[in-house]
Amino acid sequence: MTEMSQTVTAPTDAAARKARQDARLRKRHAAERRFRALGIASIIIALTFLGLLFTTIIGKGYTAFMQSHLTLEVYFDPAEIDPAGTRDPQALATANYIALARQSLQDLFPEATSRNDRRQMNALLSVGADLELRRMVEANPEIIGTTQRVVLPASADVDMVVKGHIGRDAVEGGRVSQQQLDWIAHLEAQDMLALQFNTRFFTAGDSREPELAGIKGAVMGSFYAMLVTVALSFPLGVATAIYLEEFAPKNRWTDLIEVNINNLAAVPSIVFGLLGLAVFLQFFNLPRSAPLVGGLVLTLMSLPTIIIASRAALKAVPPSIRQAATGLGASKLQVVLHHVLPLAMPGILTGTIIALAQALGETAPLLMIGMVAFVVDIPGGPFDPATALPVQIFLWADAPERAFVERTSAAIIVLLGFLAVMNIVAIILRKKFERRW
Amino acid sequence: MNSFANTPHSKPLETDRRMVKVSARDVCVRYGDKLALKHVDLDMECNQVTALIGPSGCGKSTFLRCINRMNDLIEGASVSGSLMLDGQDIYDRELDPVLLRARVGMVFQKPNPFPKSIYENVAYGPRIHGMANTRDELDEIVMTSLEKAGLLAEVKDRLEESGTGLSGGQQQRLCIARAIAVSPEVILMDEPCSALDPIATAKVEELIDELRQNFTIVIVTHSMQQAARVSQKTAFFHLGELIEVGETEEMFTTPRHSLTQGYITGRFG
Ligand SMILES: Nc1ncnc2c1ncn2[C@@H]1O[C@H](COP(=O)(O)OP(=O)(O)OP(=O)(O)O)[C@@H](O)[C@H]1O
Ligand SMILES: [Mg+2]
Repeated sequence: MTEMSQTVTAPTDAAARKARQDARLRKRHAAERRFRALGIASIIIALTFLGLLFTTIIGKGYTAFMQSHLTLEVYFDPAEIDPAGTRDPQALATANYIALARQSLQDLFPEATSRNDRRQMNALLSVGADLELRRMVEANPEIIGTTQRVVLPASADVDMVVKGHIGRDAVEGGRVSQQQLDWIAHLEAQDMLALQFNTRFFTAGDSREPELAGIKGAVMGSFYAMLVTVALSFPLGVATAIYLEEFAPKNRWTDLIEVNINNLAAVPSIVFGLLGLAVFLQFFNLPRSAPLVGGLVLTLMSLPTIIIASRAALKAVPPSIRQAATGLGASKLQVVLHHVLPLAMPGILTGTIIALAQALGETAPLLMIGMVAFVVDIPGGPFDPATALPVQIFLWADAPERAFVERTSAAIIVLLGFLAVMNIVAIILRKKFERRW
Repeated sequence: MNSFANTPHSKPLETDRRMVKVSARDVCVRYGDKLALKHVDLDMECNQVTALIGPSGCGKSTFLRCINRMNDLIEGASVSGSLMLDGQDIYDRELDPVLLRARVGMVFQKPNPFPKSIYENVAYGPRIHGMANTRDELDEIVMTSLEKAGLLAEVKDRLEESGTGLSGGQQQRLCIARAIAVSPEVILMDEPCSALDPIATAKVEELIDELRQNFTIVIVTHSMQQAARVSQKTAFFHLGELIEVGETEEMFTTPRHSLTQGYITGRFG
């Protein structure tokens, strides 16, 4: 409104324009508010599901970290352990130790005389008691002939009763009889049956008996597999990314390779398992169920992710840094190694750790190469048969016993714990290496 | 190689005042099918500042990049014609571009220090070219370079701080120090002051005038005043062609070509 001739029409004009402007502004603000409300709603929904997931898993799983144990006065009867009195290791190894524990139960409950009663009474003890007592004697044969206070694992059914998963009133056809429930109540009243921290869960391999089953075998299997995966996929992936991004000529072939790598990242993981079965087991004759093969398969799976993340990180390094180094007379390799790679490192590491976290949680390809077998022994190296943590979860989830339900959830908690640690490491590394330019 | 004046390449000032350092003959540059630089003939002399001026997109940067083969990095760029550095063909197959770039340094339009310490920024070039055998020698090179770039006084207490933490003008002088640390014979500058304020610009211009004693300098600039202040020779480019070249004084007082006149006077208003 600079010209004088327009002053006559100006007021109405200006008013109309102002009204239009206000209406537009209101609409814009409304749209913004709507968008914000939608965003908040979606975050709330996501958080709700996350909370639900965590509460169910932790709620179901935390009880597995405690285990019912019986505290008994056990008489290490020489007549049972070593009737010949020679202390021959062979004889000590084969003695019937559980009979000792059963005898001390019998002393507690003299009323159990019939075959059936005694069978029910013996069922209070875990079969793991045998091994426990044998280890004690083998460690110290002196205790033969003495009475010792010993803490022995209770059976899974007792454990379920103590934890309240099985009712205190016997049901027809239930797993626990009224007689057993009475004994349990008596033992608890005497402080002879109580929950203790379940170290066995972290130090034992798998077992058919839920109270004896632990995750160490699976954790070690996963550990060796991840070791192989890291050792192979990180250098291979980063080197591939550097070559493709910095050195390879841009032509039809490299385009084709790029398309293929992107496609590989989207291939279902079970296909990699089949590939591993065909190549590593059938062609190269590598051992079945070995973490080595699992690691190789997981390497194939995480390579595309690492390559793509690394290339993106390399691409994000500003060209001015390359120009500066090149202008000083640095060779191509020097430019990459001295300047581009260090600047891309946070991105590369983040991508790698995310790929590895994915590999750690992967189950399907491991099923294909036989890492699903029931393995009791804890693997001592990448060539020993083993399962992996997610496969162990899959196996336990399939087991019918009530006691395996809490173990499944507990193993999931451990797995989620590892994943959380890996992601935190990724964040720390990114923060540490982050640089301004 | 701490004293730049005594390097084998930069010869005493008086005897070869008119010695041609870089000479371009019939240089054409193509980006794909597009001819960006057309048949340029230009001589750049020792211990002189040659200014390249011309409207945006006329090929000044393109020409500058030919001299240290930075065009090699650009996909689809091809150079024809002949470029000589001390009578040696720059585009000779035998010549390693890495060695060439140690002799022909470059300072870019936007300051681009490495995200490393100030010391490391300057020390990087001498280090990769193996110019210093001991830490003391390296220290000496770094100090003289910073001194020559007029930055030493401002940064001598913070050599371990990041180069990216400096102000824009200081960063640009750091980049100049980095370039002269490898004792090049020629320094190419692509609009080195375009991101700087007048005071920083004045400092850099002063610096260029001093560096002229030891180096051959080619500078691209959009500021007529700057070209007039710092250069002895000016070349005017237009649409990829070299329109006119001559002594700076002559060029700004009596331009021969009407395009030159239009550009110069247009700029002055
Ligand atoms: N990398 C490239 N790929 C394709 N064409 C390019 C490339 N770089 C420059 N050109 C073209 O070459 C011509 C000259 O560009 P150049 O960068 O040399 O101009 P300039 O004189 O430096 O301009 P300014 O003053 O704006 O920096 C322009 O037309 C530009 O579009
Ligand atoms: Mg330019």
